[in-house]
Amino acid sequence: MTEAFQFDVAHLLAGGLVLVSFMLLYQARMYALLNLFALHAVVLSMSVAWQAYIQGAPHLYVTAVIALGFKGVAIPVALHRIVQQLHIHRAIEPVVGVGPTMLIGIGLVALSIGVVIPVTVATDSLAREDLAFALAVILLGLLMMVSRHNAVSQVIGFMSLENGLVLAATGAKGMPLVIEISVAFSILIAFIVIGIFLFRIRERFDTVDLRAMEDFRGERR
Amino acid sequence: MATVLVQGVQLLLVLLLAPFLTGYVRKVRARLLRHRGPPFLQPYRDLVRLLHKEVVVAESASRLFRVAPYLIFSAVWVAAALVPTYATELAFSGAADLIVIVAMLGTARFFLALAGLDVGTSFGGIGSSREMMIAALAEPALLMIVFTLSLLAGSTQLSTVVAYMSGPDVGVRISLALSLVGLIIVGISECGRIPVDNPATHLELTMVHEAMVLEYSGRHLAMIELAASLKLLLYVSLIAAIFAPWTIAEAGQGVEWYFVGIAGYGAKLAVGGFALAVFETAVAKMRVFRVSQFLGMALMLGLLGTLLLFVSRTL
Repeated sequence: MTEAFQFDVAHLLAGGLVLVSFMLLYQARMYALLNLFALHAVVLSMSVAWQAYIQGAPHLYVTAVIALGFKGVAIPVALHRIVQQLHIHRAIEPVVGVGPTMLIGIGLVALSIGVVIPVTVATDSLAREDLAFALAVILLGLLMMVSRHNAVSQVIGFMSLENGLVLAATGAKGMPLVIEISVAFSILIAFIVIGIFLFRIRERFDTVDLRAMEDFRGERR
Repeated sequence: MATVLVQGVQLLLVLLLAPFLTGYVRKVRARLLRHRGPPFLQPYRDLVRLLHKEVVVAESASRLFRVAPYLIFSAVWVAAALVPTYATELAFSGAADLIVIVAMLGTARFFLALAGLDVGTSFGGIGSSREMMIAALAEPALLMIVFTLSLLAGSTQLSTVVAYMSGPDVGVRISLALSLVGLIIVGISECGRIPVDNPATHLELTMVHEAMVLEYSGRHLAMIELAASLKLLLYVSLIAAIFAPWTIAEAGQGVEWYFVGIAGYGAKLAVGGFALAVFETAVAKMRVFRVSQFLGMALMLGLLGTLLLFVSRTL
């Protein structure tokens, strides 16, 4: 297997992750959003497994399995159940329209490429490309968190952001397994805490639309 | 000399196959809906019938109204003849540039929209304004895809792109996948196929293409129908030539390769037409105001493809 082929497949998978991030931004229906998030995690675990294969680093396979198990299966299933139990209204309303959000997203991807590529000249091309795409995924996750009103889709934005962190961690060689596992578990804890908050918000305000909280605090103009 | 011959065969081939492709898609679609459907040759019969009919022109029509069908037809025909269908060694190969094809299609669309406005009926106006709204998004998307492809192949020349795509150094590239999806979206909306426009309807609220050509009759209508068929053929052949170039005969290969190329081209058209019919039966027509989102997706895919390509290029 040639070097170019290895790079191309890594590029394909990392680029696919950025593409799924865009699909998350675009998707306005709740269940489709959850399924897309599961797809995001699956693409991430494939990317991590490919990195494990070409770096010859068996501990990265563990990371891939964790990503697949927790974020590809457990969290989407849990979110499905939360959405069902809370009877959350199924359409999501973005703050700005889809078009401007997409354009901002493209701008963020361009920004992360423009920032990462020049400052990482010393490292090898695989790590550079992974870091650039990871930053793009993180920024797109942040964009998703600020552009949605619904608490559940903000959670998904947060989780997809974390997927970007995992991508960055695997691109850099020599990241210890302990750190990755601890990151994965802290995300899981965060998810549980957020889940409890969701139930509380719902109980208090009868909705998970966070604008209700802004009204309550008197911040809304 | 040989290149002129090959080009002449191609000109005739696209002209003869275009109505057949339209009839084939209609037939497959009807069969999928469990209808019997019109015979494959029905579009040819329609064209012959229209050519024999009298032309009725509105009193308020200007000279442009009479000239436009021929301009539209010739622009689309030349554009379709530039796409390598079974051989890259065409006489027009030097001019067979992706940007030229985009410009030819743009010219045809410009005249079609003008002709729609010319008579001054409200339908023509609605159709033209909608067509222009679609074009304003489809054209930049198509150009972004063209840029992605030509960055990869190192040229906007279609024969070079085809040679690159059938060569060994293509590799697995996500930009190509994004361009393919984008090109399919652009093709569907430019040809007025189902999620964007329904070619079989005459319902005022939804139609785009039919609204513009409502005033045409006789041989003028025949020219416009044939141009629409050619445009569909062009997009299918463009997608086939770029993303499935394996059977296209290249320069220096023997005569027998031309026959392989023609047979392969027929197979590609059959597969492409079948896929289009399946897609059309699977989706519903979308509201006109959602078309901008659909096409915005193609534009975004083109932009993203170029950006991702930029990363792999600089490393």
